[in-house]
Amino acid sequence: MKTNIFPAIKLTIITLIFFSVVYPALIWAVAQLAPNSGHGEVVTANGKKYYSNIGQTFTEDQYFNSRPSAVGYNAAGSGGSNKGPSNPEYLSVVQARIDTFLVHNPGVSKKDIPVELVTASGSGLDPDISPKAALVQVKRIAAVRKVAEEKVKQIIDSNTEKPLLGLFGPEKVNVLSLNIALEKL
Amino acid sequence: MNTEILGVIAMYAITILMAIPFGKYIAKVYAGEKTLLDPVFNPIENLFFRISSIDRKVEMNWKQHMVALLTINFVWFLLGMFVLMNQGWLPLNPDGNPGQSADLAFNTSISFVVNCNLQHYSGESGVSYLSQLFLMFLHFVSAGTGMAAAVVLFIALKEKTAEKLGNFYNLMVVSCTRILLPASILVATILAFNGMPMTFEGKDSIITMQGDTVGVSTGPVAAFIAIKHLGTNGGGFYGANSAHPLENPNYLTNMVEMFSQMIIPLAMIFSLGYFLKRKKMAWMIFGVMTVGFLVLCVPTIIWEVQGNPALAQMGVDMGAGAMEGKETRIGSAASGFWSIATTVISTGSVNAMHDSSMPLSGMMQMLSMMTNAFYGGCGAGILNFFIFIILAVFISGLMVGRTPEFLGKKIEGREMKIAMIVALLHPLLILAGTALAAAFPAITSANLNNPGFHGFSEMLYEYTSSAANNGSGFEGLGDNNPWWNITTGFVLILSRFIPIIGPVAIAGLLAKKKYIPESAGTLRTDSATFGMMVLAVIVIITALSFFPSLTLGPIAEYFSMR
Repeated sequence: MKTNIFPAIKLTIITLIFFSVVYPALIWAVAQLAPNSGHGEVVTANGKKYYSNIGQTFTEDQYFNSRPSAVGYNAAGSGGSNKGPSNPEYLSVVQARIDTFLVHNPGVSKKDIPVELVTASGSGLDPDISPKAALVQVKRIAAVRKVAEEKVKQIIDSNTEKPLLGLFGPEKVNVLSLNIALEKL
Repeated sequence: MNTEILGVIAMYAITILMAIPFGKYIAKVYAGEKTLLDPVFNPIENLFFRISSIDRKVEMNWKQHMVALLTINFVWFLLGMFVLMNQGWLPLNPDGNPGQSADLAFNTSISFVVNCNLQHYSGESGVSYLSQLFLMFLHFVSAGTGMAAAVVLFIALKEKTAEKLGNFYNLMVVSCTRILLPASILVATILAFNGMPMTFEGKDSIITMQGDTVGVSTGPVAAFIAIKHLGTNGGGFYGANSAHPLENPNYLTNMVEMFSQMIIPLAMIFSLGYFLKRKKMAWMIFGVMTVGFLVLCVPTIIWEVQGNPALAQMGVDMGAGAMEGKETRIGSAASGFWSIATTVISTGSVNAMHDSSMPLSGMMQMLSMMTNAFYGGCGAGILNFFIFIILAVFISGLMVGRTPEFLGKKIEGREMKIAMIVALLHPLLILAGTALAAAFPAITSANLNNPGFHGFSEMLYEYTSSAANNGSGFEGLGDNNPWWNITTGFVLILSRFIPIIGPVAIAGLLAKKKYIPESAGTLRTDSATFGMMVLAVIVIITALSFFPSLTLGPIAEYFSMR
């Protein structure tokens, strides 16, 4: 023990400097070349700054609605509901979300509501929905904004992000870009 | 849905293909052979050792190794306690986060020292940037510790008859500088260019389109996430871990993070083959582990893709799968895959909330940690698997009536006793811990986020994750209070160091023994038959120990939902 304690302390100090100071400083320097110099990707619309990867609460009928969130899309924190699949209280919350959606979207039948629109994401900050989840909202948005459904569909089309290399992962569409595009109509 | 499955297959296949050459490189590093990075790292390491007055050429026997390992780990633990409790007034705290309570700091410091990273706090509010940087240091050295211990085993198995098994400090440092660091720089760069923050500024505040004012937590994330995965640590920068859109911004980063957490455990298997010049044995180990992994992984992906039957009954479109607790950009297939990879490998990072997984998926996640033998964490995986090899050698030796031998060394009573202690400690800690928590509902039941069987699963998962040094959780559990901080803290210490000391002790004892050349009468330990024997031992031990507790939790929940 005695032969080890001082070498251990000294080695700890020097490696601490190396891995906690030198290494992050190096990555920080590299990140200065990255998009928005390592501050997270942002978009500006109407002079306001938004983070493109951080979802926002969109509950108004004139916007494409985002997914439910356990943290109210406040990225000062993050987290999911952590509700178990059989939790009765949770199931009644989901049922209520379905009912609310049907009220706001007359003419949509239940079987067309994609499940992600009534379930909360893991981070509570999910910026995306599937193209299907956007399409199911077209009718409502077109009616509220008094624009042609075709135009709203075009927005979805041009904002849909294909899987990586066209091969890997799900198709998605960023809710914030959709709504920024809607405001420009 | 097909692109989701394709993404998972690609992720896995690329990792395996890259693990073979990387394993060769790792073997070279530990054998002290020349590598391309020598001119860069030789001077740096020499400086480290000169300052710490360590002669890296002085070799140690297994006991000296363990004393050195425990001593330096203890130093890290104390330093961790100090930093976490005093982060409130220490520098680099732009968000003004308070110091941690003693019990939380105890739990956090231990859990990062032992490579578990059970996080009973949320990164956004529970730690300062200084603490994050310190935890990042532990990400490196705790992985290095595990790898060094595994290499002591490698050396012991290689030598015909030997007492001295390399220098611990040297093995630990080269693991960090030559394996973890170069890979981390590469991965962090990719992540930073994909929108992951790397800044020292505090929380930003924005006004959303609907007019809410919300905060946005950033920080030095990219550097942290690279080593979090490469070192199979799993402790995330944010509360939501790799489900957070800044900790895992797109499908590419998801693939890269997945790759990072699997690559070293896989490569360590192949490096064992290169190091001992027994490639066939490496393939036997890889085969057993892969079979185990696929058995756990494939059904989980299917259940997650199918989605929650209770929601299906409500009549919504289940096309996306079980999306509660999951992210759209990642999808249910890649989330299901990740949930098993992270539990098998003892990373414990999550890209979806395990608490909201389907009941049987939750069972598979727990089984991955209960077996604790497939792939495994940096170094620790090989050490755990070694115990099962010893058990299998002994049992099959008895079955065919031969003296149990492994690589030319006799396995005798003393080794078997150590192996049994290590093998039985794991179920003991999990089951006794859970039983204790269940026995005091007055203290623990208020911490549960879900009623009934699922609530029991939350407790079982917490101790399983601690004992497997995994660090993921059924995060609904309200675990930041003295009960959970202290009990899991002790589980963490025991379940880290005994499974390191045990295998290294066995290896050290074997190394001293006389070498018996292999003959026609030797039981082959690199054959498929022996692989099946090892698998059988793993399955029997796990099934017998854990089936009753799983019946009370996930299995009961599954049947209650039908």
